[in-house]
Amino acid sequence: MQTPETNYKGYFVTLLSLLLLWGVASYIISNPALPNPVDVLALMLSRRELLSHTAVSLLRVIYSLALALSLAFPAGIFSREKVVDTAVSPIIYLLYPIPHIVLLPLYILIFGIGDLSRVLLIATILFFQIAVTTRDAAKQVSEYYVYSILSLGASKFDVYRHVIIPAVMPKIMTALRISIGTAIAVLFFAESFATTSGLGYLIIDSWSRADYKMMYAAITTMALLGFILYVIVESVERRVCRWL
Amino acid sequence: MISVKNISKFFDGLKALDGVTFDVERGESCAIIGPSGCGKSTLLLIMAGILEPSEGEVRVDGRKVNTPLRNAALILQDFGLFPWKTVYDNVALGLRLRGVDRETERKKVKELLKKFGLLGFEKAYPKQLSGGMKQRVAIARAIAIEPQILLMDEPLSSLDALSREEMQNFLLNLWKETGTTMVLVTHSIEEAVFLGKKIIVLTERPGRVKAVVENNEVGDESYRQEEVFFERCKLLRRIIKATL
Repeated sequence: MQTPETNYKGYFVTLLSLLLLWGVASYIISNPALPNPVDVLALMLSRRELLSHTAVSLLRVIYSLALALSLAFPAGIFSREKVVDTAVSPIIYLLYPIPHIVLLPLYILIFGIGDLSRVLLIATILFFQIAVTTRDAAKQVSEYYVYSILSLGASKFDVYRHVIIPAVMPKIMTALRISIGTAIAVLFFAESFATTSGLGYLIIDSWSRADYKMMYAAITTMALLGFILYVIVESVERRVCRWL
Repeated sequence: MISVKNISKFFDGLKALDGVTFDVERGESCAIIGPSGCGKSTLLLIMAGILEPSEGEVRVDGRKVNTPLRNAALILQDFGLFPWKTVYDNVALGLRLRGVDRETERKKVKELLKKFGLLGFEKAYPKQLSGGMKQRVAIARAIAIEPQILLMDEPLSSLDALSREEMQNFLLNLWKETGTTMVLVTHSIEEAVFLGKKIIVLTERPGRVKAVVENNEVGDESYRQEEVFFERCKLLRRIIKATL
């Protein structure tokens, strides 16, 4: 296993190389559409508005993740029970393959142009990702683990607490990590339409104003946002799934 | 006394067990042996009250078994331990499920870990242990709830020959010390003869009782070297061969 320290070193070297590549490319092309990374980073540090847009976007992602997880986790876990499975499985089966992203105009019609419709869109997409993974993982937990704990005198609640939930945790963490990538991608889409806040809005807005430095600053911040969330989930995973 | 009466079990129309009947006296050790797929494990799960028989019934001390037995412990081959729990938590699980207070629990678990040569491994996870140690943890967990009946499904099959003999001696001494009723499912003839005072031979699927072999000489580690032991193994081998 790699130690975290060597990992950080690897991340750092990769980051530097990317910035270097960007710098060289912008020097060679010398076009305002590809500004110098130093200018972009300076702008990121100096502009206040970037911070407030980032905060808005971050909150939207976190609300969506929390909402999706709080619904998908029980729906997936309890799919082991026949009653729940007969109710949940057809819904997932029918609605999962549909591209949920087309729901944005509809959500805006129903829930207005505020944060709610955007959070709901991201949450809808994440719900399916997490629920499907959790459901499959919960169904794959060996019956023998369940037999084992039943023989120790476990109640149904104990079975979930001591067996099902810990057993599916690694899969859920993987689903969460994948979800973060999806969440940021959908966030961009959800914020590029009928709103005046968020990083997605900032990207589209500065793009149309030909303010390329700001556009790059917003793109970089969005990437950073995804990266930080990913690192957080990973460290949570290391703590929750210590047994792996 | 455990009395198994006319047990049959169907899985999706396929018959796994067919009218199995036998008794195990209180404090007796009983080995169940038969070709693989003869429903030995299913029979054990039915005896533990975890699976329901399609026909027939199991009675323990005259009472019909229809929920998991409270005074029995079950040790399964590969799924006995929960990989997400530490050695300590695995051993303590049965006590915790029974609502034993923490102080008593700690004392009991410490005592067991000491007895099983596992002190110092409290915080280790199962994957960090050798096969023999894992098996000891599984047995420690079963013993922790002080069961009157110990049901084991090929508990030693994943061990190498030497640690297997060691664990067989261990189980023998445990049986002599505690006087628990022991039911052991195995596919090893030597193991059945070494540990089973009564040996039940099952036929191929669907499993039926082919023969009940009395093996009263059981009870000493040196039995393994005696002439009677070899004769009994031969006899058993002949009976099993005749089932094919």
